[in-house]
Amino acid sequence: MQQTSAITRNANEGSEIAIHAGNVTHIFGSDTDAQQVTALDDISIDVFKGELLCLIGPSGCGKSTLLNIMGGLIDPTRGDVQVGAAKVAGPMPHDVAFVFQESALFPWSTVVDNVIVALEFQGVPKEERSARAWNALEAVDLADFGNHYPGQISGGMKQRAQLARALSLETEILLMDEPFGALDEQTRMILGEDLSVMLSKTDKTIVFVTHSLAEAVFLADRVAVMSARPGKFKEIIEVGEGHPRDPDFMLSEKFGKMRNDLYGMLHDEIRKAVDGENAQT
Amino acid sequence: MTDSKIRIRLIQVSMFAVIFVAWFIATETESVSNLFLPKLGDVATDFRDLIGSGDAWSPLSVTLFELVVAFFNAVVFGTSIGYLVSRSKFLMRAFEPMFSSMFAVPLIIFYPLALLFFGLGPGSKIAIGSALGFFPVVLNTINGFGHVDAGYMRVARSMGAKGFPMFRRVLLPAALPIILTGYRIGFILCFLSIVGGETIGSFSGLGHQIVFYAESMLTSMMFAYIIFIVIIAYILNSLVFYLEKKGNYY
Repeated sequence: MQQTSAITRNANEGSEIAIHAGNVTHIFGSDTDAQQVTALDDISIDVFKGELLCLIGPSGCGKSTLLNIMGGLIDPTRGDVQVGAAKVAGPMPHDVAFVFQESALFPWSTVVDNVIVALEFQGVPKEERSARAWNALEAVDLADFGNHYPGQISGGMKQRAQLARALSLETEILLMDEPFGALDEQTRMILGEDLSVMLSKTDKTIVFVTHSLAEAVFLADRVAVMSARPGKFKEIIEVGEGHPRDPDFMLSEKFGKMRNDLYGMLHDEIRKAVDGENAQT
Repeated sequence: MTDSKIRIRLIQVSMFAVIFVAWFIATETESVSNLFLPKLGDVATDFRDLIGSGDAWSPLSVTLFELVVAFFNAVVFGTSIGYLVSRSKFLMRAFEPMFSSMFAVPLIIFYPLALLFFGLGPGSKIAIGSALGFFPVVLNTINGFGHVDAGYMRVARSMGAKGFPMFRRVLLPAALPIILTGYRIGFILCFLSIVGGETIGSFSGLGHQIVFYAESMLTSMMFAYIIFIVIIAYILNSLVFYLEKKGNYY
């Protein structure tokens, strides 16, 4: 399989670029550090406005690192990222919102206050915060649980609350780091369907990190397959289905073939990652 | 009240009942001299007189004054120093093990020094109470602010949090449960060291009264004061425990 470090536009030719990552390399640890790790190795990608790009790859391949670099939470060792026309030099709360896997809701605040606090950090005037927070909770069907604490609601509800928080910020870009990774299969399927419906109603740009092949094929417009560490783009797949996606899509021959193709691409990389981990221990 | 709570309460009450029954038998059969262990009835009479006459309020006010000032010192110095240390990994590596080691030293050994410096009045008790209360407060403050879940910080940063809003909305509530536990332990240590200090050298206070009646061989009044201190300690401990629990509302 050809190693591809730069993904160029194809089906999205002519679309506006929402995020551009150019020759990004990221190394954890200093030059003198024996444990120095190259997480990302000279990768470039354009994410187009309104698309959902899934990043998939073996554990430790740098998917989350790339997402954090795109959102300004980590500075790349080399290379640069642009959101729209602006160079990313730190978090951009007016342009980019995150949805994380865990430790993402503040347990000391109620669900609605978790949304309000995000609006406060973003600088939204105080008189607007409450209405916007409740509207966002309404949008994810969680308004009845707005006054509950995160410890009192299920894992699926917590992720919906996170999604509400991200939506309330009204950013054009959502960066989602394995948002449904800790949920059971049934719940993540339902949330995936909801996300697909949301995509059909908005023109948000989403970069979505996942380990699930089925989730990637079901949600993505494009799936970027990453190699074992140091992370490079190995292949990119166009899914070529509109949103919202019919749950029956998962039963189709096309879906099965794409999932199998992805597995074929990933198998050797996962083996390399596992062998690498075994060699270290 | 659930069945298990009733059973737990029964065990707790039974433990005290066993102690009082043993005390009653030992004194009524005169297995132990009444000079060392007075009869329960005598202690009850003295306790009633102690409360009724109002003699306990003056030493109580001295002890509570020392406690409030010492705890205030421990909280102000412990929290502010702990917060400053927690802002730097380097300072944490320098100070946290040092404070931990000092906390392990029985600081009451410095009480004679406190007496030399501050005399037999409240000053020496406040000094030793402040010193003992300081360590759990400073250590828990360092721990609370210094080890906030990196996930919460990442989430807050992603939303643009910084400065005072970050402190008020993330750092403080994340650290508060640990800090409040430090306050509770600090408060208990303040109280223990102050009453202990009063028994070693003082002009007044609850501890002083116990020593006074022990040296006067009025052991039933001494026990009345001990029971009074136990009740005060129970009330104060319940109060700080309640406040700590209220702070851990999530």
